[in-house]
Amino acid sequence: MSLLKIKLSFSGGIELLFDNIKQKSVEIPSSINPPNSTTMKDLISWMKDNLLKERPELFMSGDTVRPGILVLINDSDWELEGELEYEIKDGDDIVFISTLHGG
Amino acid sequence: MGRLCVICDKERAIIKRPKTGQKLCKECFYYVFETEIHNAIIDNKLFKKGDRIAIAASGGKDSTVLAHVMKLLNERYQYGLELFLLSVDEGITGYRDDSLETVKRNQQQYELPLKIISYSELYGWSMDQIVKEVGLKNNCTFCGVFRRQALDRGAVILNVDHIVTGHNADDIAETVLMNILRGDIARLQRCTEICTTGDGCIRRSKPFKYTYEKEIVMYAYFKKLDYFSTECIYSPNSYRGHARTFLKDLESVRPSAIIDIIHSGEAFEIKKEVKLPTQGVCKRCGYMSSNELCKACVLLEGLNRGLPK
Ligand SMILES: [Zn+2]
Ligand SMILES: [Zn+2]
Repeated sequence: MSLLKIKLSFSGGIELLFDNIKQKSVEIPSSINPPNSTTMKDLISWMKDNLLKERPELFMSGDTVRPGILVLINDSDWELEGELEYEIKDGDDIVFISTLHGG
Repeated sequence: MGRLCVICDKERAIIKRPKTGQKLCKECFYYVFETEIHNAIIDNKLFKKGDRIAIAASGGKDSTVLAHVMKLLNERYQYGLELFLLSVDEGITGYRDDSLETVKRNQQQYELPLKIISYSELYGWSMDQIVKEVGLKNNCTFCGVFRRQALDRGAVILNVDHIVTGHNADDIAETVLMNILRGDIARLQRCTEICTTGDGCIRRSKPFKYTYEKEIVMYAYFKKLDYFSTECIYSPNSYRGHARTFLKDLESVRPSAIIDIIHSGEAFEIKKEVKLPTQGVCKRCGYMSSNELCKACVLLEGLNRGLPK
């Protein structure tokens, strides 16, 4: 199975759940759920198992991110990209921003 | 997915607007975002030429975007406003000192004069000291009461007519819910107003009343604005937290929930029989108050009494 190399970024306070790391390059299996290609849904649960350091309920709600967390895929609102169904491609740049922290 | 912006029909869309579902490109999003705020300002006649305006600046996302947009609109539409940044230093080590660094950078970036006013100088107590005294139970009450007065007092020092705050549509919807949950009728009436004025008091307005939090954060992201985002280390405030989570859950099912709740708040009519507190002034400090002493003076009295002599 091949690997996809992607870049993850965290800001708006959500980085606190990920060891206070703002940016991280990771390699993920191209098919986390064989035979299907890896989707955002797979990535989010992979992040929960492999990267999340604390309080998963602040990151996830059901199988998606908690309402109030914005996601951008290659600098575009993930609501335009199919959200959970989006198939991850090698080189993708995925940003998570919390809107829930301090005004 | 090569979808095009619905306004210009040329560029690739990068955001789906929560309010309308429209798919917009970056430039059209900027334009629509800024113009809606301009329209809110004009339709509600928030300012007049020559006004001196303090932007309440915390270093967080809302006030950072507010400072950026106020400066931009003031130049684009020649409002003729004199703008200032006004920050409150609650005295919270590891939180406010970091966010004040952000405000100081904003001062440089936007070239606006900055006034920082601290709890210690106003009240003789920093939040760190208050928490040592009262613990983590009611500290948010202290902070909320003190902050409101602190902004007004800072505004007097700056000799401004008006304070603008970064409260956005999500914040206002949340406050409507909180006031209903608490049965606070007087606040429920006031909290949806875009501009409030106490007697002889400084006007306050919320140019972001109709602006969704998602768009503020997206705007800050695409414009690469420099803001600070860490939860206040003393704020577990779970009741409000639940209200926010509830609101965000509603919004994820139906984005118009935010505006709908604000409209509900506006549409409430208070029966004539319901007694609202009458507004007077505090006997000790002169700040507006519906009781003999204002909330800050009551809290301070308790604090000072508990002080080991
Ligand atoms: Zn466009
Ligand atoms: Zn008083």
